[in-house]
Amino acid sequence: MSLLTRTEGPVRRAVPAPSVGRMRWWTPYAFLAPYLALFAVFMVVPIGFGFWTSLHEWDINLPAKPFVGLGNYADLFDPGSVDGSRFWTAMRATGIFTVASVPILIVLPLAVALLMNGRFRGRNVYRAVYFAPYVLGVAVVGFVWRYLLDGNIGLVNHYLGLDVQWTTDVPPVWIALVGVTVWWTLGLNAVIFLAGLQDIPRELHEAAMVDGASAWHRFTAVTLPGLRPVTVFVVNATILASANMFGQSYLITAGAPADQTKTAIYLIAETGLRQFDMGTASAMSFVLAAFLMLASALVFGAFRDRRTP
Amino acid sequence: MRTDLRRVRRALLHLVLAVMAALYLSPLVYMLSTSFKTREMAGSTTPQWIPDPATTDAYREILGSADSPIMTWFANSLIAATGHAALVLATAAPAAYALARLRFRFRNTIFTVIVATLFVPPVVLLIPNFLIVNELAWVDSLPAVIVPAAAGAFGVFFLRQFFLTLPGELEEAAELDGCNRWQIFTSIALPLARPALVTLFLLSFLTNWNDFLWPIYVLLSPEALTLPAGLGNFQGANNIRYDLLMAGAVIASLPVIVLYLVAQRWVIEGISRSGLKG
Repeated sequence: MSLLTRTEGPVRRAVPAPSVGRMRWWTPYAFLAPYLALFAVFMVVPIGFGFWTSLHEWDINLPAKPFVGLGNYADLFDPGSVDGSRFWTAMRATGIFTVASVPILIVLPLAVALLMNGRFRGRNVYRAVYFAPYVLGVAVVGFVWRYLLDGNIGLVNHYLGLDVQWTTDVPPVWIALVGVTVWWTLGLNAVIFLAGLQDIPRELHEAAMVDGASAWHRFTAVTLPGLRPVTVFVVNATILASANMFGQSYLITAGAPADQTKTAIYLIAETGLRQFDMGTASAMSFVLAAFLMLASALVFGAFRDRRTP
Repeated sequence: MRTDLRRVRRALLHLVLAVMAALYLSPLVYMLSTSFKTREMAGSTTPQWIPDPATTDAYREILGSADSPIMTWFANSLIAATGHAALVLATAAPAAYALARLRFRFRNTIFTVIVATLFVPPVVLLIPNFLIVNELAWVDSLPAVIVPAAAGAFGVFFLRQFFLTLPGELEEAAELDGCNRWQIFTSIALPLARPALVTLFLLSFLTNWNDFLWPIYVLLSPEALTLPAGLGNFQGANNIRYDLLMAGAVIASLPVIVLYLVAQRWVIEGISRSGLKG
């Protein structure tokens, strides 16, 4: 590689890099401008504006938007208030779904990735099949499973010989929502794990084999540590995705029974964008975001490399 | 002995994977099958995998129905997904190039701020972005589903990783030939980045085509809806008409399935690698 592409260190001083001199100072900003305009209007401004909204009683249709300080937040933390009780019911739904779905969405895809981590005919075909549901999107997935899970005419009851109301009874609704989500996104996590497995140097496995390590020992001593960065990413992304579950519940259970499967993001959207109580909805979104960031911090903490000081 | 054991293990592996694959595809097969059934058969308690008699009534009914202009939704989705993916490329590519290849004063600051937003839970953007889109008078129109999501940091992040790997010699040679930065970007960096650009286009297209939450709240009138949003409402109105629902689902799946069959490797490689290099 050319020395000129290295930007740091004394080399840069010794060989003046031509790419610096011949450009006007504003050239990089011209390259960045279109993206930064979008970034400012739809990413930076909304973060501040959302918080500002949460400090108000904000209805899009009413001219008066009185400042209420942290009143909306206080409301949410008052279990006696209507908003508070609705919100924590929804947070509970989000929590149940996340806790129930994330472990399955880590272990099963990892198992599938391990099965496919070898050279054999048809590997790419299997990979494509398991990944296929994910490209369909939640709308199609929701319709198909609404049909298959129908309590009266659904295939699931028919083939399992059951008479379960998957879309209206607790706890079957949770089994249904988690099951559908596993079917939908297993392939996504599996291909990410598979890519991670293929990045583990073959020599490590061979060295362990020469040392007489058993298959299980190789798995725990070579495979799992090698997968750590990928696992951090997958666990984190899966928690965030599960905590933002919306379409499955909207399409398959419609929040039933009695809002027990209405997730936090579902409630936020309904409160802010159907009832136009945007102050309350914004406050809800910041509380949910705080929980999500806490969860991410815990994941990064749990997977920290303890061997490095 | 050893080879026999290996053969048995291999056969077992194929058996497990094949059974799983069949189970995996069966819901989609049943969706396709039901879309060709009559209304009565679709609501029957005995499963029927091959429709007999097969009919296109469901397709005819939803395509002909006035309150669910499914072809308009289809066109809307196509315009939105294409427009969104094009906008992502047009804005993220030059930005990523500048952040990867040019040296300037606030480069690290800008990049850090952009990457930091990858950690902001998107739920906090929902309400304010609706208000902003409302101020722009985009509610109930396609710009609302094309533009705001293009502010996401993923495209810039993804392309920057790619531009960082380009060798510097080509750019230097072009510079000696008197090319300016924009010419170097368009005639050297972009053509070399074609695989990454194609992947990003596909991922952006798929994400937008399948987006559900945002369009059902920001698009309101029947003729403005995208396909998933339209079908979402449609389900409420036709709860029991599974033949119609499955026909709608098949229509909504067609473009992504075609895209997936054509570009499966790009999609999977792109997605499986996108998270790893952070």
